[in-house]
Amino acid sequence: MAESVANTESRQNSSPVIRGMLQALPVVMGYIPVGFAYGVLAGQAHLSLFSTLLMSLIVYAGSSQLIAAGLFASGQPMLSILLTTFIVNLRHLLMSAAISPHLSRWPTLQRLLFALELTDETFALHSLQFAQRVPGARQVFAVNITSHLSWIFGSWLGFVANTLLTDVRPFGLDYALPAMFVALLLLQIQHVKMVVIAVLSGALAVLFNLLGFETWSVMLATVLGATLGVVLETWTNKQS
Amino acid sequence: MDKQTILMTIVGMALVTLIPRLLPVWLLAGRTLPPLVVTWLRYVPVAVLAAMLAPSLVVRVEHLDFSWSNLYFWVSLPTIAVAWKTRSLFVTVVTGMGTLALIRLLLGE
Repeated sequence: MAESVANTESRQNSSPVIRGMLQALPVVMGYIPVGFAYGVLAGQAHLSLFSTLLMSLIVYAGSSQLIAAGLFASGQPMLSILLTTFIVNLRHLLMSAAISPHLSRWPTLQRLLFALELTDETFALHSLQFAQRVPGARQVFAVNITSHLSWIFGSWLGFVANTLLTDVRPFGLDYALPAMFVALLLLQIQHVKMVVIAVLSGALAVLFNLLGFETWSVMLATVLGATLGVVLETWTNKQS
Repeated sequence: MDKQTILMTIVGMALVTLIPRLLPVWLLAGRTLPPLVVTWLRYVPVAVLAAMLAPSLVVRVEHLDFSWSNLYFWVSLPTIAVAWKTRSLFVTVVTGMGTLALIRLLLGE
């Protein structure tokens, strides 16, 4: 399944860097509009261009940056911004843990550099591919750096344009990331058990949202969902 | 907020974001994990993607919304079908965005 991704998104005879850049293309298509939205909000929150881009460079986490721009705009104290960011981004702990077994052969420094640029989207892309085969470091880093640069570029565009164009909806650009998650989720699914876990995790996240635990919903639903996966796996193993 | 506090806040945000990203890759890689943990980790991608996606499609202002006005949900159906058929990330993203833009155009939004 990951092979079909690799084939449609890259050419066999190109260099690893080009392959990585092409592989990142769907992420780029999502990051430029969402980065744009963040740039617009940051500009309207009266952050400077430097602060706006610095956040995209060193924080590099889409949803939490959008939330932070809103918190800056409403003049929230620093501690509340930090706490919200921490909770919203804690899900990366699980992603980093899930990806770590694949990188056991990499030197520590390379692993850490890789993890610095681990986002929801690059995680989904890599975990799909790593399940088949871990490509060379150059290709992997090309994916990460291309994605990161497109995020910074989108933020810059949004900041510059924040007084000109504020609505990306007529172009459907706001749907780039949901559509990408749809594809990445479907590509991850290898057997019926995974369908069950996807449906359960999704339903749990929806439930937590409805109950008002929005900030914790992804974390809680993931932990419960993966645990149910283990239960399901052990149970079906006993059956056979 | 003054300039310095803003900068300190952004650096703080980077720290609280990067530490959870770095710790597992730093501490877990190279170790042999118990089989149960490995199985658990194999389910994380599916679980986390579904958990991020589902609420964005069906929840609006803390309510389930399957009305016609919730385009995010309805557009997800052809998007899912195309993702299933083509297995291409690129085609799926273009389909999703294009369908949504088209419907908004037709509805005059």
